[in-house]
Amino acid sequence: MASPEPAKEATLPPGRVILDEVVPARAPWSAVIEAGQLLSIVDLEGNQAVDTLLYDAHDTSERYSVPDTIVAQGNVYLGEGSVLMSSAGRPLMTIVADDCGRHDTVAGACSKESNTLRYGHHTRHQHACAENFLIEGAKWGLGKRDLVSNINFYMNVPVEQDGTLGVVDGISRPGLTVTLRADRDTLVLVSNCPQMNNPCNGFDPTPIRVVISAGIGGQ
Amino acid sequence: MTSTATTEGAREHARAQAGTIVDAMPVLPARTYAKAPAGVAAELLIWAETVAGGGYTSKVIARGSTIRLTDRDGDACAHVLLYNADQPWERINMADTIKVPWQAYLGTGHPLLSDQGRVLASIVQDTSGTHDALCGTSTRARNEERYGDGSAHGPSPAGRELLLLAAAKHALGPRDIPPGVSFLKGTRVAQDGALLPTGTSTPGAFVELRAELPLVVLIANVPHPLDPRDDYHCTTLEVLAWRGQPTGPGDPLWSSTPELERAFLNTYDYADARGLA
Repeated sequence: MASPEPAKEATLPPGRVILDEVVPARAPWSAVIEAGQLLSIVDLEGNQAVDTLLYDAHDTSERYSVPDTIVAQGNVYLGEGSVLMSSAGRPLMTIVADDCGRHDTVAGACSKESNTLRYGHHTRHQHACAENFLIEGAKWGLGKRDLVSNINFYMNVPVEQDGTLGVVDGISRPGLTVTLRADRDTLVLVSNCPQMNNPCNGFDPTPIRVVISAGIGGQ
Repeated sequence: MTSTATTEGAREHARAQAGTIVDAMPVLPARTYAKAPAGVAAELLIWAETVAGGGYTSKVIARGSTIRLTDRDGDACAHVLLYNADQPWERINMADTIKVPWQAYLGTGHPLLSDQGRVLASIVQDTSGTHDALCGTSTRARNEERYGDGSAHGPSPAGRELLLLAAAKHALGPRDIPPGVSFLKGTRVAQDGALLPTGTSTPGAFVELRAELPLVVLIANVPHPLDPRDDYHCTTLEVLAWRGQPTGPGDPLWSSTPELERAFLNTYDYADARGLA
């Protein structure tokens, strides 16, 4: 579903560009972002959930931790200033700029298996983020044990007063950008979410753009 | 010469310690535990243990068993990880546990789901009403900052340090420690997303989990990571379990929601094929 709004120009940080590529709809992607470098993720066509996992590039047993992140900031939603913490309670990356304003980190990734619970067994053979993480993680020696709860950039998951929560229509738009600074050398795994059964991708998965730049003072 | 200078003396000394009763200990056989819950025949007990604040325990239990976690003195917090004992790479997934039932707050009837779309355990009774599916447990780094120490055998052990030890007893390592659940201390989410701790339970309050698959159960009893107090406070947890039956199609829980019914179908499908039904 194309957004009726005109595309916003991506707000990329200044500094030398190291990599600039488009991740196709439904595809995985990964890279090591060195300490001090910046990773910008651009929601090219709007309301595209970008499922993301982080690992210490030198010891992948230390990885992104939802609980440590939300406890450290005292809030379940991610936005500018959020420090993305590891399972050892140490910073991996920091969100240094954000056009969108709110991202999810409690609702996790879709999987073929959980799709059967959420939508019915007819979805069992649809593509899912857990598949993307397994495919992309394998390139770095990661496997099933290494998948944990993740970040969902551009995904909107309100938690209501009685605890009801769910994936609802997105608040993102074409061209919105989120930029992360690596606080340590960090392996980033991305699944450009292929989900078609809820509004997380506007029922139409679309490409995203990823840009790695050298950061302030970087060469 | 001391009484333990010889092997005979040392053996005598060691054996003389038997029968000592302390506040936090397992009782064996479990059926001899003096305080079986009302309505539970003592001979069905398979686990009877008290765990001090700052302590941990673990056990492998059969499909159909019920575990009761009791806040004996009113200030316990049970940080729990569950694994399919048959294939421990299948483990609790907190995101699915709240996303699939469309509910972030845990209570009676809520499933604890695995990453494979199956029910590891069902919450079947809850007199506490204050639990947390979001905040996980404490880390050594956080406890060092908050209490000055977070090591497993220091004065203020971190939950993760204890769960790492518990996991190691089952040949599981740091890669096998996902975000977990905590019982008997809770949080609520404000409209702006702020996390608000909901304070302590009352003495004797408990929660019961029914194992829907054979489980490795890891439990650390430590303060909730958002405990607002400056000092490390955590009182004794009582852990009981007894034999029983898993949830079947005749149980109202089985079809209480369409999502849960499919989760039970997946669970039965696995158990049936594996010869565990």
